[in-house]
Amino acid sequence: MSDLQSQDYVRRSASTMTPPVARSHEDQVAKLIDVSRCIGCKACQSACMEWNDLRPEIGHFEGSYENPMDLGPSVWTLMKFAEYENEQGNLEWLIRKDGCMHCEDPGCLKACPAPGAIVQYANGIVDFISDKCIGCGYCVKGCPFDVPRISKKDHKSYKCTLCSDRVSVGLEPACVKACPTGAIMFGSKSDMTHWAGERIEDLKSRGFENAGLYDPKEVGGTHVMYVLHHADKPSLYSGLPDKPRISPVVEAWKGIIKPLAVAGIAFAAIAGFFHWITVGPNEITEEDEEEAARALRGEREPDPEEKS
Amino acid sequence: MALTRREFIKFTGLGLAASSMGMLGFGGSGVAQAAAVRPFKLTHATETRNTCTYCSVACGILIYSMGDRAKNALSNIIHIEGDPDHPVNRGTLCPKGSALLDIVHAPTRLKTPRYREPGGTEFKDVSWDFALDRIARLMKEDRDKHFIATNAAGTTVNRWTSTGMLAASASSSETAFLTWKVARSLGMVVFDNQARV
Repeated sequence: MSDLQSQDYVRRSASTMTPPVARSHEDQVAKLIDVSRCIGCKACQSACMEWNDLRPEIGHFEGSYENPMDLGPSVWTLMKFAEYENEQGNLEWLIRKDGCMHCEDPGCLKACPAPGAIVQYANGIVDFISDKCIGCGYCVKGCPFDVPRISKKDHKSYKCTLCSDRVSVGLEPACVKACPTGAIMFGSKSDMTHWAGERIEDLKSRGFENAGLYDPKEVGGTHVMYVLHHADKPSLYSGLPDKPRISPVVEAWKGIIKPLAVAGIAFAAIAGFFHWITVGPNEITEEDEEEAARALRGEREPDPEEKS
Repeated sequence: MALTRREFIKFTGLGLAASSMGMLGFGGSGVAQAAAVRPFKLTHATETRNTCTYCSVACGILIYSMGDRAKNALSNIIHIEGDPDHPVNRGTLCPKGSALLDIVHAPTRLKTPRYREPGGTEFKDVSWDFALDRIARLMKEDRDKHFIATNAAGTTVNRWTSTGMLAASASSSETAFLTWKVARSLGMVVFDNQARV
């Protein structure tokens, strides 16, 4: 097993341990999906299934180019096809490769209650460690992009790993390698941002004034970024969130309620301890026992004189 | 060990409190294990260069098989991806090419030559020896019968016009050179390939 040492991950779900920070010079990686160059051939989908040994059940034609119709425990990336009529009345076919965005501030990891079931590596990849997953589905609620899917067979959550097994040995993800038009690129996050800049300039010169990079800062940026011709309206691309954000329920639960509850429990324990030190436990004398026995028999309380 | 009712409640309460603290994130809650990425599956797989079987674009592919070709290890293809050193595709593949692994292992894949005799209605499996011998025999018979050594003017032309060859287009330059040599050395002039995607 090529275990990543604990120093190579920076976040771990439901753990209070501080990750080691000595090795702080690892490059962040990113996948750049240039929507304007995509022809919707689905080579990425094919390559993803092949590399990750995923074979979802063969479905039925649903009247759409999307196949299958939704992400699933065995469908980690999916081409989504949207038809958009622009201001000039022309049809634009907006094709987007959907899948995990590998957020810098991952909502799934924040929501996850199973220690170590979701981790973030120093290179930015957010990975599900399936053997620690308890299948509660909190990651689905926590994800701003609606990506994780729970398997009905083993009740564990699955999503794109950004081919962490390939990246950890220095290869690009399978989808990136397969893409015949170069619409999917892979490299360091800074190189990808730079590359996107050139593409956006080119798109702007071709009349797409609002072309831009989708790297939403609401989730701290993502390690899967898009070049969009309509960056002002990401929702055109099959519901890509304009402003992705982690559900306020998750934020409130993990950010406020849980620490408060922990503090309350700790306070109760400490107060109990000091009460025990200062006041001491309830002591039961023989007289108390006798009194209890009498009460049980239904006798009346004897005179206080007699008691002492 | 004898326990009073009170002691029993104390111990179970203590256990409950300790495990609750663990669940709330105090301590490691079991051994804190290092996260493990899936092991890279090609580390010692045998890598073989080849050409995609599908269309005439002829993308270069890398075929990975388990085992290092030791005598006692039977190779089995476990993964296929694009060849980054191939000038045609430089590592990329189309959706069909990316899924080549599944035609390698398809239960319906043709693995032996099949033969339907003249007037027969059914194909039956035959050996390669049988198939190659039969093809060679028929070619020789046809060539002997129809070979044109000289034209009307008496000039040597060495033509064989009654049989043609449709070659594969998904070939390297070397394969194409050899194919050309084989066809032309027989005098074959009807010669083409399926250069279409």
